[in-house]
Amino acid sequence: MATSALASGLDLENQEGVEKSGPAPDRGGSRSEMPVRRLSLAGQMHSIGVGHFDGASGECKAMMTDASAENELEVSHLSVHFDATRVLTDLSFNVAKGSSVAIIGPNGAGKTVLLRALIGSLQFSGTVRWTKGVRIGYVPQKLDLERDIPITGVDFLSARAAVAHKPAVDFSSVLAPVGIPLEVAQQPIGTMSGGQFQRLLIAFALVGDPNVLLLDEPTAGVDEPGQEHLNELVRRLQKNQGLTVLFISHELSIVYKNADYVLCLSRARTCFGPPRTILTPDLLREIYGSEVSYHVHDN
Amino acid sequence: MTIEALVVAIAMAVAAGLIGSFAVMKGISLAADPLSHVALPGIGIALALHVHPVFGAVVALAFGALLVWALEDRARATTESAIGVLFSAALAVGSITTTGEDLIDALFGGAGALSLSEKVFGLSVASAIVVFILTSKNSLVVMMVSPDVARTAGIKVRRLDLLYLEAFALTIALGLRYLGVLLMGALIIIPAVTAKRLSQGLNSMLWFSVALSVLSTALGSAIAAHLHREAGPIIVLVATGLFLLSLLARRQRSAN
Repeated sequence: MATSALASGLDLENQEGVEKSGPAPDRGGSRSEMPVRRLSLAGQMHSIGVGHFDGASGECKAMMTDASAENELEVSHLSVHFDATRVLTDLSFNVAKGSSVAIIGPNGAGKTVLLRALIGSLQFSGTVRWTKGVRIGYVPQKLDLERDIPITGVDFLSARAAVAHKPAVDFSSVLAPVGIPLEVAQQPIGTMSGGQFQRLLIAFALVGDPNVLLLDEPTAGVDEPGQEHLNELVRRLQKNQGLTVLFISHELSIVYKNADYVLCLSRARTCFGPPRTILTPDLLREIYGSEVSYHVHDN
Repeated sequence: MTIEALVVAIAMAVAAGLIGSFAVMKGISLAADPLSHVALPGIGIALALHVHPVFGAVVALAFGALLVWALEDRARATTESAIGVLFSAALAVGSITTTGEDLIDALFGGAGALSLSEKVFGLSVASAIVVFILTSKNSLVVMMVSPDVARTAGIKVRRLDLLYLEAFALTIALGLRYLGVLLMGALIIIPAVTAKRLSQGLNSMLWFSVALSVLSTALGSAIAAHLHREAGPIIVLVATGLFLLSLLARRQRSAN
């Protein structure tokens, strides 16, 4: 793997720009004996090593190693399957610190599964290594909340601050950038609109002072001006504060504008490269199975 | 009722109010009923071995909570079916191993003064549950909204979930002597459901739930003493009455 490729952003093994993933090795065996690598966010150790999944405790007893200094994340031979259905197969890539990586692909390609595997919420085979000291802010796609759940946005943010052992947080400093007035944040979260709650989730991530943002369609359900506002916010955080950003998006014009690299997932192929290499009509047709067009902003 | 017994009952009510708040918000309130059934075989075995029945109930309930926790990783429908079958079977086994007056006492609570060991158990377990909820409430809130988000916030989700379920099981055990396992489930859930209807935020939910649980226990105990009846059923009836009042209050508020 070329050093220059590693340093420049995200790459897939054994390829230059675009690669189709190979067949996954058979990793059968009993669940408790299957050698797996699991993400651990416990304590100060935020990296992944080779280990054995303890089926009884659900914990990984692993030898931890860190991603290299240049890379925030190193993923190697990652495969995820649910019973007989393989969702991700032998995926390998690295993400350089401070880079922005868009994950694209049709519905069911495994984009959300990939993010959930990266945060250790799903069992997988392969290796996921985060650099030491990583603080991840994760914004999920959609949450089903009861409308009458008696937790306000401020309760939710306060809980995050308390978990992070922050004694006092000026909530306006995290609410203002995402465009939520304090009065809205004082409402129960179940009564918020989809767009408002999505913004609150981003504010929640920011309370944890992250150096990595994982965003699963962060602007889904947000109105048009709000989408532009949030996209600009994420871009600003990445550029000004050096955050590493992995985001899932179906908005290819946004991907073209904001991403340094694009990881595409589909049943047909897996590919990686800069937007201008990946977002070509031929490749998009192959990924999505039909014609896909998008608008490239002049600025 | 002695002052000491009243203090133990109030401590139990505080623990029930706090545990119940999160059970209702997590949407696992229906688990209270089947989980409480698992205490019965424990009581039966403890009585057969001439051990204090509360000890048998605690062991059985702790095992039941562990079982629920282990099943939670599976599909929701599978878990609910398994809980339904296993815990109903536990009720049947408990009915065979626990007979006569012991069974009635276990289900609905018994009369008679609390022993010193029962008072110590009640106060210490209730205190432990209160401390657990107050120190873990923020992590529980985040986990309740999204376990995935909680994991990225550094919360050990599976461990916290197990601790919560064990605290839930212990709360049922707390009420065994006073309300019985069936009615204790009701005291955990009903005040919390009422509080949820009245609350707009987390702290008000917790305060309302505790206040309603304590009010139900104190008022129910007083009425029961006056009527020379068992306290458990009266306490649950008072809690139910407060719930019905909350329906009226909400309707009144909507009308205005």
